Amino acid sequence: MTSRLARHAGLLAVVALACMLPFVLSNFRLFQFTQVYIYAIAILGLNMLTGYNGQFSLGHGAFYAVGAYVSAIMMDRWHVPYGWTIPVAGVICLVVGFLFGLPALRLEGLYLALATFSLALAVPQILKYFEHWTGGSQGIVLSKPKAPLGLPLSPDQWLYFLTLAVLVILFWLGANLLRGRVGRAIVAIRDNHISAEAMGINSALYKSLVFGVSAAYTGVAGALSASVIAFVAPDSFNVFLSITLLIGSVIGGLASISGAIFGAFFIQFVPNWAQDISKAAPWAIFGVFLIVFMYVMPFGIAGAVGRIWIRMTRSRVLQAGRDPAPAHHAHTTT
Amino acid sequence: MEIFTQQVVSGLATGGIYASVALALVMIYQATDVVNFAQGEMAMFATYICWSMLNAGLPYWGAFLATLGFAFIGGVVIERVVIRPVENAPILSIVIVTLGLLVICNSVAGWIWTYVQKPFPSPFPSKPFKVSLGAGETIIGAHDIGQIGITLFVLLCIYLFFRFTPLGLAMRAAAQNPVSSRLCGIRVGWMLALGWGLAAVFGAVAGMMVAPSLTLEPNLMGGVQIYAFAAATLGGFTSPGGAVLGGFIVGVVENLVGTYVSFIGTELKFTVALAMIIVVLLVKPSGLFGSTVVKRV
Amino acid sequence: MSALLEVHGLEAFYGRTKALHGVSFSMAAGGITTILGANGAGKTTTLRAISRMVRTAGTIRFEGQPLEARVTEDIVQFGIAHAPEGRGTFVHLTVEENLKVGAWGRRERGGLEADFERVFGYFPVLRERRRQMAGTLSGGEQQMLCVARALMLRPRLLLLDEPSLGLAPLVVREIFRILRTVNQAGVTILLVEQNAALALDLADHVFLLETGRVVLEGPSDVLRRDDAIRRAYLGY
Repeated sequence: MTSRLARHAGLLAVVALACMLPFVLSNFRLFQFTQVYIYAIAILGLNMLTGYNGQFSLGHGAFYAVGAYVSAIMMDRWHVPYGWTIPVAGVICLVVGFLFGLPALRLEGLYLALATFSLALAVPQILKYFEHWTGGSQGIVLSKPKAPLGLPLSPDQWLYFLTLAVLVILFWLGANLLRGRVGRAIVAIRDNHISAEAMGINSALYKSLVFGVSAAYTGVAGALSASVIAFVAPDSFNVFLSITLLIGSVIGGLASISGAIFGAFFIQFVPNWAQDISKAAPWAIFGVFLIVFMYVMPFGIAGAVGRIWIRMTRSRVLQAGRDPAPAHHAHTTT
Repeated sequence: MEIFTQQVVSGLATGGIYASVALALVMIYQATDVVNFAQGEMAMFATYICWSMLNAGLPYWGAFLATLGFAFIGGVVIERVVIRPVENAPILSIVIVTLGLLVICNSVAGWIWTYVQKPFPSPFPSKPFKVSLGAGETIIGAHDIGQIGITLFVLLCIYLFFRFTPLGLAMRAAAQNPVSSRLCGIRVGWMLALGWGLAAVFGAVAGMMVAPSLTLEPNLMGGVQIYAFAAATLGGFTSPGGAVLGGFIVGVVENLVGTYVSFIGTELKFTVALAMIIVVLLVKPSGLFGSTVVKRV
Repeated sequence: MSALLEVHGLEAFYGRTKALHGVSFSMAAGGITTILGANGAGKTTTLRAISRMVRTAGTIRFEGQPLEARVTEDIVQFGIAHAPEGRGTFVHLTVEENLKVGAWGRRERGGLEADFERVFGYFPVLRERRRQMAGTLSGGEQQMLCVARALMLRPRLLLLDEPSLGLAPLVVREIFRILRTVNQAGVTILLVEQNAALALDLADHVFLLETGRVVLEGPSDVLRRDDAIRRAYLGY
């Protein structure tokens, strides 16, 4: 069991490192890292649905928007402290996601992708339509929360720690869910839902629940972003957001927890690098990055990392002089 | 009645555009299970190439045909060079590659030709036709008629090609059953490339037909592509004929709804397309003419 | 007689799994050879190896020419037609279009009508269904269409994979009768079958595969008469 201990120690080291960043990075960089953590939570939600459960969603930005606006409206209208808006946004998105999951049961692959894509396109228009609640095109301006209990942290530093804490909790919960019985059931449904049902898994219930949980994760991310950016407006939640989340998910690695973090780093930083490389056509450079990444790592960064890991551990098995068993015996999935 | 006829004709004209792009999307989807998100941007790029040729003094129809040639070659090259390396990757990875293409086309077009809107000429006379129908006279734009004519002509050529030529048969076979096709000696990879080439040609026709009314700029085809998705969904992604018919229906419905339903102005016309997609998916996901794929387990 | 098809030390792989472990045999031109064996023995894999549908090691020679460096699309150029397991019908094309696709790889252009007449002569039911969608044909008819499609190539060698699968005995008997006629017209046949009795009846020569290796070979009438071999390997 030493490999598990080593893995836990490694994770703790990474979290400890992350805790030190607010004291060495500039405010802007800190803001960028906070945004990465928010994206990571949103992408993990998408990974659960599309990667583990095989339901294509090109519209997850909609849940991000719901979470953000729930949080913003609660803070702006009813002066609810920002901390409480986050779980409430999560629960509301859980319900909304579950309700979406029900008609989605009838749609497979391309058709579900089209339906979610259309919803993503409609989000800014819907938000502008209900202007009494949402403030219309102007959006809602919020104030950044200050650190509680008089802690000597700037608002940016406090939000960083808050986001990091939510990330760690949600990822830990997600890992337990996805690596246990529920996770196996979800993957079984993706790979062969008829066999899964024959084994007694209630496919319809699980699929709708996964939709709900997935929406909840992305909604929490949205709620956090409302506080971090201190502003919500309909045009920030257009189809481009959904596509960005999908890109992060595929590049990071669809059926993977660590992939969500890799993907979040990609979508936050690579567009900036692209702009550094070419002021004239930065998005062309970004497009080239996308294509090259898919050539080199068609299963995402997590997939590539996993493959390197397998190759390293398998060679150790061979050197021990044992029969070279097929690779799938020799490793665990991340 | 005159307005109705005008709107129907106008709707058929834009519907032809949607039909062409929808056909391109469906052709590639049928052969590869991939939706080419870059279809519209490739069409826009081809339209800019035509603009450059017209700017250099070439006559319209010469530039038009040359553009179709460039579009065809471009489509073939993109499939062989950009798509082929990932053809066995998971579907979503290929989708990301098409998204990358989309972004590259859009960005490079903006870089080469700037984002300033450019007028694009129509080959048809600007004097409208007067048609007598029943009681009064109706004015119908010549460009609309010409657009419908060109679209139908291109679609007819394609239909004849696929139905009656050996190469068309080979392409259909390769799209349906690549394994058996290989056993019969059909070079499936090249058939796919030809498919992309033809799809690019439809896109280019659509782009050059729609540019006069929307004015040429890098985001020319953004809205059109959404309507094309609606058309393909309505007609069925597994049915090329359905996609074409779907395009005409979407065009006409969009125009009529915009004209006759009072609270939907030009802003919400877009939402009509989205609503159509959702409704079709809820009621009959495979579309009017598509067939549900029955998989044996 | 020089060999039409020669296979030596053939190994075949699905990913990392090896399915054939050094299969060697040779076939003369003109006869019918059958490969028998239980499920998973590697019979279909052998045909797929010849058609270059799987990764292989070892040599495959057709009329002395090596096939190892070729791809599937090339084998028709050698005059090899493969009627695959499961028939591989183009379900959304008509019967006639299926046959036309079969003729695609032919060197000689034209003469399609003559070829149609030939295959309709073998399988009259296909003439009746000429303009029907191939997907609407019954299993037996689709199998006939599959063989007919392969024959449109005017092949030297016909690779036939499990033609009896899922078909009623009467239909199978009819198809096998026609195969004998086809062979007499000059087409060498390499037949993979699970139905050993029928295959032994039709073939001149037999190879028996077990877990990717040739364990037995010989003239079919010898194997048919040897009770011990029949009971041990063929189960009857």
